[in-house]
Amino acid sequence: MPQMTLVQAINDALRTEMRRDPTVLVMGEDVGVNGGVFRATEGLYQEFGPDRAIDTPLAESGIVGTAIGMALNGLKPVAEIQFDGFMAPAFDQIVSHAARIRWRSRGRFHVPIVIRAPYGGGIRALEHHSEAPEAYYVHTPGLKVVIPSNPYDAKGLLIAAIRDPDPVIFFEPKRLYRAFRQEVPEGDYTVPIGKASLVREGTDVTVISWGAMVRICLQAIAQLEGISVELVDLRTLAPLDIETVLSSVAKTGRAVIVQEAPRTCSLSSELTALINERLLLQLQAPVVRVTGYDTHIPYLTMEQYYLPDAGRVQKGIERALSF
Amino acid sequence: MPQLNLVQAINDALRTEMRRDPTVLVMGEDVGVNGGVFRATENLYKEFGPDRSIDTPLSEAGIVGTAIGMALNGLKPVAEIQFDGFMAPAFDQIVSHAARIRWRSRGRFHVPIVIRAPYGGGIRGPELHSESPEAHYAHTPGLKVVIPSNPYDAKGLLIAAIRDPDPVIFFEPKRLYRAFRAEVPEEDYIVPIGKARIAREGSEVTLIAWGAMTPVALGAAEKMAAQNVSVEVIDLRTIVPLDIETVIESAKKTGRVVIVHEAPRTCGFGSELAALVNDRAFEHLKAPIVRVTGPDTVIPQARLEDYYLPDIGRCLKGIEKALNY
Amino acid sequence: MAAKTILQRERLVPFIQILDPEGMANPTDIVELGLKPHDFKAMYRWMVLARTFDERALALQRQGRLGTYAPLLGQEAAQVGSAYALKPEDWVFPSYREHAVLAMRGQSWLQLFTFWGGNEEGNRIPEGIRNFMVCVPIATQILHATGAAWAAKLKGERSCVIVYFGDGATSEGDFHEGLNFAGVFKAPVVFFCQNNQYAISVPRTRQTASETIAQKAIAYGFEGVQVDGNDVFAVYKATKEALAKARDGGGPTLIEAVTYRLTHHTTADDWTRYRPSEEVEMWKQKDPIKRLKLYLEKQGLWSEHDEAKLLEEAKAEIAQAVAQYEALPKRDVEDIFKYMYAEMPWNLKEQLQELKEYLAEHGGDLPKE
Repeated sequence: MPQMTLVQAINDALRTEMRRDPTVLVMGEDVGVNGGVFRATEGLYQEFGPDRAIDTPLAESGIVGTAIGMALNGLKPVAEIQFDGFMAPAFDQIVSHAARIRWRSRGRFHVPIVIRAPYGGGIRALEHHSEAPEAYYVHTPGLKVVIPSNPYDAKGLLIAAIRDPDPVIFFEPKRLYRAFRQEVPEGDYTVPIGKASLVREGTDVTVISWGAMVRICLQAIAQLEGISVELVDLRTLAPLDIETVLSSVAKTGRAVIVQEAPRTCSLSSELTALINERLLLQLQAPVVRVTGYDTHIPYLTMEQYYLPDAGRVQKGIERALSF
Repeated sequence: MPQLNLVQAINDALRTEMRRDPTVLVMGEDVGVNGGVFRATENLYKEFGPDRSIDTPLSEAGIVGTAIGMALNGLKPVAEIQFDGFMAPAFDQIVSHAARIRWRSRGRFHVPIVIRAPYGGGIRGPELHSESPEAHYAHTPGLKVVIPSNPYDAKGLLIAAIRDPDPVIFFEPKRLYRAFRAEVPEEDYIVPIGKARIAREGSEVTLIAWGAMTPVALGAAEKMAAQNVSVEVIDLRTIVPLDIETVIESAKKTGRVVIVHEAPRTCGFGSELAALVNDRAFEHLKAPIVRVTGPDTVIPQARLEDYYLPDIGRCLKGIEKALNY
Repeated sequence: MAAKTILQRERLVPFIQILDPEGMANPTDIVELGLKPHDFKAMYRWMVLARTFDERALALQRQGRLGTYAPLLGQEAAQVGSAYALKPEDWVFPSYREHAVLAMRGQSWLQLFTFWGGNEEGNRIPEGIRNFMVCVPIATQILHATGAAWAAKLKGERSCVIVYFGDGATSEGDFHEGLNFAGVFKAPVVFFCQNNQYAISVPRTRQTASETIAQKAIAYGFEGVQVDGNDVFAVYKATKEALAKARDGGGPTLIEAVTYRLTHHTTADDWTRYRPSEEVEMWKQKDPIKRLKLYLEKQGLWSEHDEAKLLEEAKAEIAQAVAQYEALPKRDVEDIFKYMYAEMPWNLKEQLQELKEYLAEHGGDLPKE
């Protein structure tokens, strides 16, 4: 089985779906001739030509808005927004249109688009290139939000996203693009949207995370001795796999949530609220949140202080255990 | 003291500040000659002229983006976005610029603008005219988010927002614009940003609300009082920065917390309140925190919106859930 | 009438060139610029300094001593010519490639290295300099510039605003909204588009079907001008006239400086993937610095000795800035939390405390992995 990095797995997923389904196309800034700034669309222009690997003008709202129109008329665009920070100019098209069209049209129309964007910090990038904006989209009814943490899941989830009949925001943790390789099957397979993965079983405390933070959590756990940690990789943030989260926390009685995004009003808030609401009596400690701070993510000389690292995750685990 | 409704109080606050400070101006769609679609800027055009009561092109990103530029060059624009649903086209200017400029410039520049928008459901508005998007802005570091629930607070909070050195998102519950009148002082005064109000004292359950949900929460508390249950109602008034002390103190006192908001539940501001209470009042909690919210759907249009928005009955059900745990 | 219409359609906007690629110019055009030989030399000096900075920044990035960097190679005339026309009271709203403009306005090379080194202090514009910060999200600064210019007009000031952006920016909605507002309110702003032919890999022809970018101004109700962006005199002339018009209440102008990005979009890019090297070579023949040097030499204003001396001075000036940059003190984590608001709210105070405690537990810094 081939060994692939996460960005190669994304590329493989796109190629697989474009070969299988002639209505699938990729569009965005520099995704054609240049193969994408991270090479996620490498080779697609050569194989599928300029009508299916489309270099658009530099206009995020234009990319998402026209992708919606294409989807309404029978195509399946996979739109790339070049960086997480540039989702914001397309915000209105995403929340006021993509998310609403099935509901507004009473099912007559739907918008089977995928909006892909490199996501999160850790690559020492410029401003607006290291954002973790998932909470905006999780709070918006009508969207699905997916964030893989490894190459196998990335390919399977992206294929599932392309086949999904609803709009999917697909965030790719860019610091993992080339961080490691993993066996990724050739050909098509899906990893279902809406199912978390139990990365590691344990009994003392549940750690819940997604994207690049899953690796940080694994690092943290590996260094802990004598503590049995269960690690849940959400993979899909909306719809949330509530059963996996709750059954784990019911078992351990302690939960730590780890995310890159700012804390206030984030997915960590929602998870805490859900756990409190459904498992209060089983909880042996308050839910701990290890997150980015309520500031902007600093530039490269300081970003390591902002992003949760293994030590902060350990501190969170200790806090949950010592309550 | 004059009796004003909420939209009159807003108008009064704008006039008061525009008289006091010549750098304050209002700008937006239809805010000049027409006085605003809800009349929030009524007569400001006549008193202050077209350069301080500015009809802009129909262009939300343009309104917020140029307001940022004006603020950088010494003015204090109060930008109106005509409806909550039309904040989205200005989202990039708000989150990528207004919220960041003080931080990015290390304090050399700041953006003392107010972005006002009529907010929430309950007026049988068309699509995208009944949204509650406060969570998007509460999650964005660098913004303040204020939502008054009555005419007195509306005037005092808006004056405070205009004088605030940081960008303030000011959501006005449009169903309360003309719902009732209250005494509003003629002179200028502020209601401080970041301070919640105990709208009703109680001891058995804490009910947290803001905006148009505050009168609903008070109505529910009244009904519970008839059953000899003492409900404390907190009107947050400011979402960011949150008055954490008032919230936690009350939660510790009652041990039971119910949060009411119009916005969809998932990742709504109720989730943050629940997370904070769970973190800081964990051992005092006698029941899980209950959220009474809009469901995770688009807000329906006129015929169904009453089923979407929390009402007194749903608040009572939430309170009972907290009590009977 | 029909014939006239056709004639106008051939050229909807004027095109200005004063200095040709061989360094030849019509003396009358030069006189009309109102510049003296010392101005020509000052322009040349800035262009050489900017290129020296650019080369050094690229090298530092390749050595891992600087973050991702956006080079200006080939755009020196467009930047120096336009900035030379500005007055100190005018505001500049840059995108992220206008290193020459920022330096000419009084920002130090050290500050520019600090920014590209990933240190927020590089965005702290010194008091008294009317530059705004580097702007990364494309075209968004156009609205801020329009707003600032509009404010100047409302306050009755005679300052103008110039905003820099590229050809790709003209595809964004904010470009439309910014120009439209400026047209409606006759804001004293100069929209300066450096059309360097590429937005990363996508050529200008894929950004717009419009024949020129300059002609887009017509639809907003004001003038558009296209200039040879590698001709520092033409750029100066167009900018000076646009600023004068703005100062006198004549409203905005869109200037399209036709130039070429001779190298990568940023250090994270590889231009060989999307354009032929012959094209790049062709544009190298139009090098803006070489062009001005030829002119100065032909006028007897410049010698080999002058050139050698300038290059040495430029290298020394930039080297000094690099040394200062690399000697910058270690940063305080409080820098992450400061400046979020005028007054730090409770959650940030708590989070700062949380981080400080964590660092203290590990001897004052992050634990090694």
